[in-house]
Amino acid sequence: MFTQTLSRRVRRSPLLELLTGPHGVDRYTELVDPTWTVGEARAKVVAVRRQTPRSVTLTLEPNRAFTGFRAGQHINLTVEINGRRRTRCYSPASSESARHIELTIGRHDGGLVSTYLCDHARPGMVVGLDSVGGDFVLPAIRPRRILFVSGGSGITPVMSMLRTLRADGFDGEIAFVHYARSPEEACYADELAAMTGVRVLHGYTRGGDGDLTGYFDADHLATAMPDPADDTAVFVCGPPALVEAVRAHCPEAKSESFVPPVFTIPTDDAGGRILFTDSGVQATDDGRPLLQQAEDAGLTPESGCRMGICHTCTRRKTRGAVKNLITGAVSTADDEDVQICVTAPVGDVEIAL
Amino acid sequence: MTAPAITQQTTLQKTVAGKTVTLTPEQADAFGRELDALKERVIADLGERDTTYIRRIVKAQRGLEIAGRALLFGGIFPPFWLAGTAMLGISKILDNMEIGHNVMHGQYDWTGDPALSSKKFEWDTACPADQWRHSHNYMHHTYTNIVGMDRDIGYGILRMSKDQKWVPYYLGNPVYAFLLMVLFQYGVALHELETERIRAGEITIADKREILEGIWRKTKKQTLKDYVAFPLLAGPFAPWVFAGNLTANLMRNVWSYMIIFCGHFPEDVQEFSIEETKAETRGQWYFRQILGSANLTGGKLFHILSGNLSFQIEHHLFPDVPAHRHAEIAPEVQEICKRYGIPYNTGPLPKQFATVVRKIVRLALPNR
Repeated sequence: MFTQTLSRRVRRSPLLELLTGPHGVDRYTELVDPTWTVGEARAKVVAVRRQTPRSVTLTLEPNRAFTGFRAGQHINLTVEINGRRRTRCYSPASSESARHIELTIGRHDGGLVSTYLCDHARPGMVVGLDSVGGDFVLPAIRPRRILFVSGGSGITPVMSMLRTLRADGFDGEIAFVHYARSPEEACYADELAAMTGVRVLHGYTRGGDGDLTGYFDADHLATAMPDPADDTAVFVCGPPALVEAVRAHCPEAKSESFVPPVFTIPTDDAGGRILFTDSGVQATDDGRPLLQQAEDAGLTPESGCRMGICHTCTRRKTRGAVKNLITGAVSTADDEDVQICVTAPVGDVEIAL
Repeated sequence: MTAPAITQQTTLQKTVAGKTVTLTPEQADAFGRELDALKERVIADLGERDTTYIRRIVKAQRGLEIAGRALLFGGIFPPFWLAGTAMLGISKILDNMEIGHNVMHGQYDWTGDPALSSKKFEWDTACPADQWRHSHNYMHHTYTNIVGMDRDIGYGILRMSKDQKWVPYYLGNPVYAFLLMVLFQYGVALHELETERIRAGEITIADKREILEGIWRKTKKQTLKDYVAFPLLAGPFAPWVFAGNLTANLMRNVWSYMIIFCGHFPEDVQEFSIEETKAETRGQWYFRQILGSANLTGGKLFHILSGNLSFQIEHHLFPDVPAHRHAEIAPEVQEICKRYGIPYNTGPLPKQFATVVRKIVRLALPNR
């Protein structure tokens, strides 16, 4: 802590910037401890728990560069896997005022990062944090009655809200409905069971005796929060079907839905939609390299050799699948740098141009 | 005049050390495919081993830099001064060559680490990184050894090819070469200014205003750091720090000059004309990169300190493949070259550099 405070103070000094130039202070301090950076928010994993067979719960100690989050928001987490940085979005489950950030990550089959973390996360690991965002948050003036509904790994932002309310000494009425596949897969079950002043109801969608049977409906609502009125706020986070079911009964419900990206690479290469995100220009893919298509769309991206060697035209592809025209390799990773002179879209693509 | 729709692909022919080297269009295609496949294999294998390697080098460089500068503060004791200067010099060599040059080529872009990103990296030398990326990654690596297009042939100052027209100015070739060696970081910094075109009246200094401002901003910071801020911090020991920093920069200048000049100027390295390379295919581009480059033999440490530019041929074939991999693929590249009868120029530093010096002296005079 002391070192961090110190480095924060001295970093502002132009003299230190000159002395550590051109790399900057962080590039030296991070070699002592990778979390000693003032320009980049990073965190050290201080504890790893495996509450359920299909999830992992990480306790993170963020450095001073991390400026916090509001309960319900999400954070981009960057993990290095086999030399490559991979970034995924997760909602912390911890209270917004807690010193440590808690993330519970559900394994989804074929998911690179979630699988890696479930299998390999260990204390001492360092991760990157950035892009805190999302408007799935508690209102500044707290409602008197609150119903939380979550499904699967959608429990985390709701858990964060619940813990934040309790830390703040909230004395209104809280009901919490959580759906999991089975009792074994219900995260935070013990903590919720021990909580006083919160009506907790479990539903299991693939067997197991719960407090609720089947999927969310009017009965579930009536059991959890009878007579919702103007003073009642509903927060739902989970798969789209759950969000829809809740909204059918509570149209005012605040919701967040995260679906694991399902990538089906189109068999027909050309014809997708190209969105040049910086300029807002759109084009229909004709199969040629992105550089040429950008130029034909009236853009003037920086470029050089046009044969894939000089990296002048390298740009960040934010979404979609692309094909390297020299190697034929198709890649689907979000937020990936590509050489646009030798890269063609495969289906819809978004690129920072 | 419009170019014909289908360009007749030509058989390439070069005379290297008295022997004729020929490559038919079909051979060139097959040759190119073999090299593409080799590159693909390396790219598919990139991973933790490569990030671990480059981060170890970065750690060593930063450690040497800090230790070197610390020792120089006690530079009044000669052993401290010598050790400090050597450490700082090696740190600058590592920073510029194995780290800076290679990272800026995009060799580590695939890692997604902003500290290893080609577009963001800035190095500890006078030349601004963005100007370097243009003049080197694009111009030099695309138009390698094409006289009239590759400004690295003589850097606009020297006569390094018989195909450069002789003028009396070139009588000073050895003197200019020596000065460039000693002041190499400033020579590199001024590269994008294209002084030869300004001298020829093709462009004016006003056209290069932005470039000049970029050079000034970077050079100013570098100069203040090494020659003002660190010496002043040492108080009464300022002269030792100043002299140490000056010597460390000189070490880096001379070393990088020698390595870089051995990349394309040794005996038998070929130059190409614009005409010859007009309708070049990918395989023919590879052919030019090999004939236009030369390797240096040596041990592991030598290769690291040369930024693996000792594998200039492999570097020119695959400029964005992490350079520490070149040693592994060099035998395969040599084997492929052998099958196609393409000469592979390599030798120890003293021998290669001697042929470079001879060329510098010989080309001071008109062609015989």
